[in-house]
Amino acid sequence: MTSAPPSTSTADEAAPPPGRRRAPVGSRILGGVGELLITAGVLLGLFVVWQLWWTDVEGEQQAASAVAELEESLPPVPEVAGTPRTDTPPVEVAAAAAEVFATLYVPDWGTDYAQPIAEGVDRPTVLDAGRVGHYPETAQVGQVGNFSVAGHRQTYGKPFYSIDTLAAGDEIIVRTAQAWYVYEVTTSEVVRPSEVEVIAPVPGDPEAVATEEMLTLTTCHPLWSTRERYIVHAHLDHWIPLTDGLPAALLPEGS
Amino acid sequence: MYGWIFTHLPGPTWARVIQSAVLIGAVVAALFLWVFPAVAPYMPFNDQTVGEG
Repeated sequence: MTSAPPSTSTADEAAPPPGRRRAPVGSRILGGVGELLITAGVLLGLFVVWQLWWTDVEGEQQAASAVAELEESLPPVPEVAGTPRTDTPPVEVAAAAAEVFATLYVPDWGTDYAQPIAEGVDRPTVLDAGRVGHYPETAQVGQVGNFSVAGHRQTYGKPFYSIDTLAAGDEIIVRTAQAWYVYEVTTSEVVRPSEVEVIAPVPGDPEAVATEEMLTLTTCHPLWSTRERYIVHAHLDHWIPLTDGLPAALLPEGS
Repeated sequence: MYGWIFTHLPGPTWARVIQSAVLIGAVVAALFLWVFPAVAPYMPFNDQTVGEG
């Protein structure tokens, strides 16, 4: 496949001048087959370029504009540390399908890391549009139960590329129109794609009744494969009313 | 096929080279904007969710 592009140009340059003597039928057929094979090779190569590079370019743009759009609709947040609260957080209602309703922050992935969270795990409208998707059957953010989201680990903006760097105690922050929800990572695991109990209200135990506010990230594993899923669980540490201030981890440096 | 296209483009060689480049660019743009997004969902390497496998 790597030798294909030069071969195409060779075919172009080798075009015989008009009025040439016709080549024998056999070699003309062979030449045509060769051109088709070269074309197929170039097409496959271009698909790889599109998948590995262009979907990231588009995905990152779509994610950034979705985050900015949501931010414009929210009241400004003072750049001071908000007061952490551990009482019952505000009630969050389900968003419409594919609607961006929250922003995901992972301070360990950089203070500029911000990804839009949309309702649903539909590929064309959510996951392939540079968004992180909320499993609609799981709890709302901040509520008792398991707020579970899926995202791409490579391509389409790769929001969860660095998921394997998350360790116990690392913060995962979700901002809605009402509040900041600061979760702390508890465990991570690698499971088969069929193991849906990881997004059960009590992760790993579909029968149990939830008593804790959990968050779960799911993405594919290993990198460049979909053989397994990489799962990160976190539990709610505290929440901050949106306009009270920022979570400590998101404060700008030097303030 | 490509030789046939090149010989049937009008103008001197340099003009044909430019036209070829424009044609290639148009084909690549069409692939990136419409064809590849349409076929990508049928590729087996993009699932991120649990419950589909």
